[in-house]
Amino acid sequence: MLYTNLEHIETAADHSKIISENENVMVICGRMGPMCIPVYGIAEELENEYTHVKFYDMEFDNPESNVIRGLPEVRGFMGIPFTIYYKNGKVVKATSSIQTKEQVKTILDKEFATTVNA
Amino acid sequence: MNSAQYYDAIVIGAGPAGLTAGIYLSRARLRTLIVDEGTVGGQLVLTHEIANYPGVESISGYRLAMIMKKQATNFGCDIKANSSVRHLELEGEIKSLSLSDGSTYTAQSIILTPGGRSRTLGVPGEDNFKGRGISYCATCDGDFFTDREIVVVGGGNSALEEAVSLTKYASKVTIVHQFDHFQAFEHAVEEARNNPKIHFMMESVITAFYGNESIESVDIKNQKTGNIINFKTNGVFIFIGYIPNTEFLKDNLPLNKWGEIEVGEDMSTQITGVYAAGDSIAKHYRQVTTAVGDGTIAALAASNYIHEHKSKYKQLLMV
Repeated sequence: MLYTNLEHIETAADHSKIISENENVMVICGRMGPMCIPVYGIAEELENEYTHVKFYDMEFDNPESNVIRGLPEVRGFMGIPFTIYYKNGKVVKATSSIQTKEQVKTILDKEFATTVNA
Repeated sequence: MNSAQYYDAIVIGAGPAGLTAGIYLSRARLRTLIVDEGTVGGQLVLTHEIANYPGVESISGYRLAMIMKKQATNFGCDIKANSSVRHLELEGEIKSLSLSDGSTYTAQSIILTPGGRSRTLGVPGEDNFKGRGISYCATCDGDFFTDREIVVVGGGNSALEEAVSLTKYASKVTIVHQFDHFQAFEHAVEEARNNPKIHFMMESVITAFYGNESIESVDIKNQKTGNIINFKTNGVFIFIGYIPNTEFLKDNLPLNKWGEIEVGEDMSTQITGVYAAGDSIAKHYRQVTTAVGDGTIAALAASNYIHEHKSKYKQLLMV
């Protein structure tokens, strides 16, 4: 069980529904470990700032997380968490192991840039 | 200027020392802000299980950190995580602090509890293969290396204990250590030596990482002979100690040759009104309990300082 303040994804069906119904989604797939906890913390902080992005976590040891562990984009990954960024249901970026807030923000700004109307 | 930017005390670092200081200061009704460039809890959250924290039989580091955080915020302490220090002014009656998000704060007293972090090898390619074969956490990533051959770098207790732990997964573990002897306790050395899966390469260092999607080999240099061999491996776990997070202080405060902050008995530094506590100070033992003790002393000393100087501080703010 993940003791975070993020919304949890429990099943592959939920995962599919979430990424199909939301334009921008970040899913952190990990455990309650030292490399994962900082990334959950960063996502929790960014939820208020990036309101156009939905932030979720998913337990790595949940068999249903095969939807993430089986992605071609995570081939070669050998460090948790696997953090996946989805745009309109498609993977646009994936990272392995701990990330800094700046690294996460750089990805969010690039992949999920909002259009500002003049 | 927004009055919300003024605090009685600012604590830099939200590990056990900083959170303890925050608990004591805010409970003493002092306006207190804790800032941290990373996650609340510091290295405490890196610990899977803590079984020797008095009064608590067994708890994860994360849980203990969250309890400390809740205690601090319940007493009114403000906490800003994932905010790095851009500018710091420690001298004078009014201390000031600017953060990476552009916010600026002032305080009468500052407590420095920035803690430490895992030391990295600093070898080219290390960043690229982080999470793709390089790891700093055996319990997190060990199972990715089931039936694979891996390398553990280091010669202290962490390196040897984690090497033994990794034999649950890996088919072979090679310990690479720069010296001809280990710094670990004898029982840890003996346990590693008695494990048939563990091999040793002494007086050796990694000089390069190679691979495509993940690590495939490393160059290992024998320090004695100068010979370099290319060593096939699927993973490298690095446990070569910790360094204090004090780089941001180097222009503000004298540090010793290891980058640690020298403090007095009451955790005071060489600058009036500035205290330090936890793993970043010069001391021999670094435990959660010692950090908590340091944080308590620093907070009590800072409280005294604040009360003694409060009227002068208020006058300065009104100028």
